[in-house]
Formats: sequence, C-alpha cells, structure tokens
Amino acid sequence: MSTKTTQTLTFDKVEPNSGLKAALSKGRSGVLAEIEASGLKGRGGAGFPTSVKWNIAAAAKSPNKYVVCNADEGEPGTFKDRVLLAKYADLVFEGMTICAMAVGAKKGVIYLRGEYSYLRNDIEKVLANRREMGRLGHDIMGQKGLDFDIDIFMGSGAYICGEETALIESMEGRRGEPRNRPPFPVDTGYLGQPTVVNNVETFAWAASIMSRGADWFRSVGTEKSTGLKLFSVSGDVKEPGVYEFPMGITVAELLEATGGSGAKAVQIGGASGHCIPADQFGRALAFEDIPTGGSIIVFGPQRDMLEVAANFLEFFADESCGQCTPCREGNVKLMEGVELLREGRCSSAYLRELVGLGETMKIASKCGLGQSSPMAFLSIVDNFRDEIMGRAAVTA
Amino acid sequence: MLKTERENLMDEIRAIAEKHGRQRTALMPILQEIQRNYHYVSDFAMQAVADLLSIHPVEVHGVVSFYSFLKEKPQGRFVIRLCRTISCDMAGKERIARQLENDLGIRFGETTADNNFTLEWANCLGMCDKGPALLVNDQVFTHVKPEDINDIIENCRRRLSPYATQHKEEHLV
Repeated sequence: MSTKTTQTLTFDKVEPNSGLKAALSKGRSGVLAEIEASGLKGRGGAGFPTSVKWNIAAAAKSPNKYVVCNADEGEPGTFKDRVLLAKYADLVFEGMTICAMAVGAKKGVIYLRGEYSYLRNDIEKVLANRREMGRLGHDIMGQKGLDFDIDIFMGSGAYICGEETALIESMEGRRGEPRNRPPFPVDTGYLGQPTVVNNVETFAWAASIMSRGADWFRSVGTEKSTGLKLFSVSGDVKEPGVYEFPMGITVAELLEATGGSGAKAVQIGGASGHCIPADQFGRALAFEDIPTGGSIIVFGPQRDMLEVAANFLEFFADESCGQCTPCREGNVKLMEGVELLREGRCSSAYLRELVGLGETMKIASKCGLGQSSPMAFLSIVDNFRDEIMGRAAVTA
Repeated sequence: MLKTERENLMDEIRAIAEKHGRQRTALMPILQEIQRNYHYVSDFAMQAVADLLSIHPVEVHGVVSFYSFLKEKPQGRFVIRLCRTISCDMAGKERIARQLENDLGIRFGETTADNNFTLEWANCLGMCDKGPALLVNDQVFTHVKPEDINDIIENCRRRLSPYATQHKEEHLV
C-alpha cells in the first residue's frame, strides 16, 4: 500500500549513510556531545532528553547492551512511524547504529506492532541491504570491532506495549505489564541489561543531526523544544496525513496549514493527550506548553464531544493491562459515567465524583497509560461542560 | 508408522520451537507462528510449548490471554479487524461494520459456521488518515466503503477455493 506524505520531509534531504560516516569520524564521545548539543528530545511524546538516555547507557559497564526501537505505534491518531518505516526505514536503522556505536551496544531490536505486519517484509529487505553494504554486522564500515545487528520483534496487539517497560516484558516473553520505574531500562532493561529504548522518529532525527549538525537542528524550534517534528493529522481536515513542522508551532497555524480551520476542538497527543477548545488554539505544540508525540485529531463544529470521550474511554477500558486498580476499574467507571451523561441521567454531584476519580487515576495509576487515560475525559468536562450536561433523556 | 494427530501437532510445534530457539525470549514468536498456522493456540499447544521451554503452562496461558492477536478459541481462516477508534469512527466505521455483519451473517466477536471468517473490532490500526480502515489477516484496506465489502470477502473466498494455487494458500495466513 502506498503511503502519502503531504509534503517533502527533511528526511528526503539527508544523504544516506552520511550520519553514520560523521558519527564514525567523531567517535563515541563526539556523537554524545553532538546529540546533547542538538537538544533532541524523545519524539514518542514524553520528551525525555535523548542525550541523557544515551549518556547513561554509554557509562554503564556491561558487555551486553541493547538498542531498542519502539515501533509499537498504538496511540490513537498516530501514524507517522508507519510512514517513516515505509519510506525511511534505512535512516531509522542508521540512527540505531549510531546509537549502538555511541553506547557500545552489539544488538538492536525493532519492536514492530502486530498491526503493521504488512511492513515486515520490506523492513527485512532494508536490513538485509544494510548488511550487504557493511552497515550492519561485523566491523561496520570497516571499523574493527564495531559489531551491531538488528532483529525484528513482532507485537501481538497490545497498546500498553508502547510503554517501554511493558515492551521489554513482552520481548522477554511475558505479559506486557509495565514495571515500576526506577530502575529505568537504561540501567536495567532487556534481560536486566542496559537498554536504550527510543521512538522510531527519534532515531531518524538522531541520524539527521549527525549528518547535518546540531546547529542546524537547533536553528529551528524553540529554546526548550528544538528542531522539527512529525505530526500525524487526522479527523476533520481537508488534507489528513503526516506533516513536518518546527516545534513550537501553534495549534491555529497547524490547522491553517492542514485545512482544519473552523475546528471546534483538537485532541493533541492522542487518546492519552489533551482536548483543546478553539479559544486555546493560540497555544504552542512544544514540550513547555502542550507536549505531544504528534497525534493531532481535529473535531469539526458538528462533532459531539461526549461521543469523543466515550470512544477514548472504551479504548482505555479495553487496553488497560489490568495490573493496577485505578486504571483497570477507573476507566470502566468513567465509561459508565459517560453513558449516564449520554442518557441525560448524570447528576451534578456524580459528575463531580467522576472528575475526582479521574484526578485520582492521574496520580494513583502505576504507568503512563493509567495516569493519562482520564485526561481526555477531564478536559472535555472542563471545556465542554455546557454541551455534555442536561441532555434530553434517551427514550428506548 | 501411523501417528496420531496430537503426535503430528507435537512434531510441528517442536519444529517451530527449534526454529525460534527453546528459550523464554522466543515465546512470543513461537506463539505467533502457532496462531498463524492453526488460527488459535489450543490447550494442548500451550502445554507443548511450556514443556519445550521448560516453563509452567500457566506462564504460557498468561501470555496467550494477554495479547489480543493470540486466541485460545479457534478463529476463522480470515480474521477481519475493523478499526473502531476515533478517526475511523468519524470517517464512518459504523456503516462498514453493519455491511460486514450483513455480508458475513455474523456479529462482531463471532466466527462463521464454515470457520472461514472471524469478525473483530480493533483499536487504532494507525491508518487514521485513511479511515475507515480494516485488516484482513495481515493485509490492510483503507478508505473502505460499504460497497467494497463484498469484493473484500469474495477475494478471500477465491483464495479458499480448491482451484487456488498453493502460492496463494501460503499468503492466506
């Protein structure tokens, strides 16, 4: 299946293998310094500084370190990694190789979500081609002792495995239940070894930064959110697709560029993100304002925000791993609450209880899924109270 | 020498386990291949895998029951998964759902009596820019319209016919 990007991405202009070449000439400390200077932050959405991860892994004393590419792209509204893997897989693997060289890892794994099985054959071909060209395997690019190879590990349909410790559990042949952190995977990851887990896009930018330099990357974006970012835009826009914008772009500017002007609300960061009403479209998509992994779902004026909340809660009730109570039970209770609102049978007092439950889930859940699952509901209650309360009773 | 069906199955599972390596880290790939070949992971298969990896069968069951693409009950040769998440929902997934149910004569979560089709909901397939989207086994269909459903199903049926070539049969899973 062809994948359409709506514009030319910077990745088209990065010369293949130029990043790895630059990395080899700069050496391990040179790569770590360059990534640090670029200010690159994790593109999966959490925004953790990439250089901090890489530095900790590099400093760890272990002969068996791992580099893992998180391609378990399951966040509703996100599909940029699908496009990246279909069109720029080679650049992603180049980024993983640079990371492996910098931290001293011999083995890499790409954890590909089961829903993307149809990409697997092409990804295998890209890997085989890299091996043939001496860019994977033993003595990479003729550098003695630089060994690194990448395996594909398939997921089996579990959103939670996008959480890095659940992903590692899954790779170890277990239920994808998140671990307590700390210890973080960079200390104690796959098979107890130091493991760098980065998003697909993060590796692609790392390779681009090595090719074009940290200064180039810093020259766009904001002080705290440097560089460019891919956005997956869907919903009520004229041109849905993958877009590349500088970090710090406002919601209004993004809507203008994608044909979504006139929207009533925008869901930023997927089901686990925030629902932003029109009067806040001046806010910026950056880690210091609205952090995002790039999922942008646009709701036109005709959309019922209660239906949106119901859809997200159904998603979380289904995808909660069930390990901790706030998330397992909380999402079901919120879903039932939305049902009451739909039927026009929810009292103000009970709505307050539901909001309180949502706040509890944010602080009491074990992992990011549970902590962020009530967010869409809470922001819809907050911003669209008038729309969701006092509905006409549904007559069956 | 005549072998029972179970002995044959045991041999096949042993071959799968040997291929991926008889260790815990190979559990997912092993189960995925069993699922692909047999359209489910039976109690017998779980026990066999546990024996081969020297782990408790409950460990295997725990994994099978956790992942939505691994099943304890037999599924159809073709599993149709329609995305129900927000963007596909807004793009009109309900009409596709109704057409699928009408054309297959089953509801979501069910398998046709001939064991050829299973109909399931999927959470976000990552095709949000091209909804409504659905998967038929590993194959993805986007911008699906109600009138496409007949073609999609008939295409599957053709691949099941005795006249389908072996090559096509391989792609069935």
